[in-house]
Amino acid sequence: MTNVFDAFSGASTSLYGELPNPAEDAGFDGERPKRVGFFTDTSVCIGCKACEVACKEWNLVPDDGSDASDLYRLTGMSYDNTGDLGASTWRHVAFIEDVRPHSGASAATGDRASTATGVEVTTGHLPSALPAVSGGPVPGAPRDAATAPPDGGTVDLLALLPDDGASGATGNGAQGAHGQQTPDDERDVRWLMSSDVCKHCTHAGCLDNCPTGALFRTEFGTVVVQDDICNGCGYCVPSCPYGVIDVRESDGGAHKCTLCYDRLGSGLEPACAKACPTNSIQFGDLDELQATADARLAELHGRGVEEARLYGRDPDDGVGGDGAFFLLLDEPEVYGLPPDPIVTTRDLPEMWRNAALTALGLGVAAVASFWRARK
Amino acid sequence: MTHDANTEMDRFGVDRDQVKPRRKRRGGRGEDLMVPEAEFRSYYGRPIIKAPVWKNPDVPLYLFLGGLAGSSSVLAAMASATDRPTLRRASRLAAAGGAVGGTVFLVHDLHRPQRFLHMLRVFKPTSPLSVGTWILSPFATFAGLTAATEVTGWFRRTGNVTGVAAAVVGPALATYTAVLFSNTAVPTWHEAHRHLPVLFGSSAAAAGGGFGLVFASVADNAPAARLAVTGAVVELATERTMEHDLGMLADVYEKGRAKTLMTASKACLVAGAVGAVVGRRKRWSAALSGLALLAGSALTRFGVFDAGIASANDPAHIVVPQRERIRRREESTRAGSTPPDRRYAPSAGS
Repeated sequence: MTNVFDAFSGASTSLYGELPNPAEDAGFDGERPKRVGFFTDTSVCIGCKACEVACKEWNLVPDDGSDASDLYRLTGMSYDNTGDLGASTWRHVAFIEDVRPHSGASAATGDRASTATGVEVTTGHLPSALPAVSGGPVPGAPRDAATAPPDGGTVDLLALLPDDGASGATGNGAQGAHGQQTPDDERDVRWLMSSDVCKHCTHAGCLDNCPTGALFRTEFGTVVVQDDICNGCGYCVPSCPYGVIDVRESDGGAHKCTLCYDRLGSGLEPACAKACPTNSIQFGDLDELQATADARLAELHGRGVEEARLYGRDPDDGVGGDGAFFLLLDEPEVYGLPPDPIVTTRDLPEMWRNAALTALGLGVAAVASFWRARK
Repeated sequence: MTHDANTEMDRFGVDRDQVKPRRKRRGGRGEDLMVPEAEFRSYYGRPIIKAPVWKNPDVPLYLFLGGLAGSSSVLAAMASATDRPTLRRASRLAAAGGAVGGTVFLVHDLHRPQRFLHMLRVFKPTSPLSVGTWILSPFATFAGLTAATEVTGWFRRTGNVTGVAAAVVGPALATYTAVLFSNTAVPTWHEAHRHLPVLFGSSAAAAGGGFGLVFASVADNAPAARLAVTGAVVELATERTMEHDLGMLADVYEKGRAKTLMTASKACLVAGAVGAVVGRRKRWSAALSGLALLAGSALTRFGVFDAGIASANDPAHIVVPQRERIRRREESTRAGSTPPDRRYAPSAGS
């Protein structure tokens, strides 16, 4: 942000809106590198978590468990035992085991499924078949692994197996329950994997809200915390619409992905992209990545993968586009991403106006309470 | 991922009540929903945004003390001008005590408190916490000097000048904290950004007036009683409007600890306001009313804080309103133009 008054005038896009060059907006003039970022193509992610490991190795990110007994904590929900991004997790591989009634199987066994349980079995395309969290645990009804256990307990993976096992409802299904797309089984199982990371937003709430200036915009257009400045106020934590940055309890500082700022300076690509064996994580100049992503999306749609979509690609979205964006195979919220994030500073000018007017009102009320007051 | 037990519990859903969406909610007020009841999908029901790591009670207490100090500073300056010595003395001490106490809590809330001076490295209008620091610092200086002259009796005229200076800054100290909360991604706070300044400002008036009722003599306390009652009434009304306008996001005020705190706050405010109107002229009833108003004001801050934590931990608060926003946007931009992220996808795909 170059000028305070510009930023709040409404004419500038420093706080919200499309902003072609955040580094320039942050005050970098003249010669500087192009904006870089990540394109994470989750359609080729195999969930190996090499990115998580490489990130920890390179950046010396400590263990994210609090003690030894916690070290091997299992989330009990899927093969994802990392859980979410945090101060000590800068890459997080989400893993969704998506179990749903197979359309062919339910046509064959539909009577049984709906009459035996008295529940309408939802079939067809995915979203309506995956009412995660909202649906109650109806006995015998198909349940998907993306549904949180209603009582706060762990997911019983065995219960997700087909009731009649490998014998199959139609008698000819010999596949295991966890094989992908078992055609004759009662259910389809699909695995979605996605390596999540800091989005390095064009309008970064964490950066604008940081009171010390510890968070800053680099010449590459990325957002980085200076650990020697951060005083652990924690304001960046709820400012992030994606829930990325967090305060590390052991040292009190806020931490997140730096997009390997140190490696960038030496002309190297970030550790996670380097380690990714399937090129799911692609690093490069943002404009080139966007072109790559558009081509990839067109290719997938051409192949009939209609559920493919780009997330964070649009420079006109609520955060002005992400420096790290994704190709997803389902709704963003299934991956734990907000479907339509908006940077909190969009409303900041109005908030300041409201607060100033209210302060004035409070002052006037306090003064007025002395009006003709008897002693 | 490592946090104190409290945060850990909230975040990972040991307290499932805070994380799970409700089946049936908002009993008789269902028609007020900003967004319709909707099923939503999520990543295993986990929170999407991170809940604030701010410490409890440090931050709610800081908010309360800042409000108390802010409105007290105006009362003190006016009491000084209109020659009400006991109210002047009480309010000056409240302003200084609130500012100093608030600063202590604010520093203690930092996870690296030894670096609190880093707050003064920069002035950033985009960061409410930075602006707040630059409001609090001069205010604490002025209010502290004023209180020092009041206690010692030295430099009385200087004290009057610094007292006016504190009174000019004071109201901002009481209301900027609303921006502090609402300029986050926490849905219940952010969506209340039109209500929180009024809520916190009126709550501050109730606190400052309440303090005056407790410690000023009955001869001097009429303005304090007026300010306190005005504050309590406005606060109660604003709180009601806020919960109404928040729609489904207000559910966090209707369950758990936030509900208890807000209910207690309302009871205290009503009792205090009635007491202040009826019993201002009796020393003991004035003091009791003042205490109730102070408690009501503090409980509001604790309730709003708790509601925000619960809101951040509830994925429904993120997904449902954002989905609704997408739906409305698509309706207004009209079909045919598929959203940019699905440029090649048929719109029936989802």
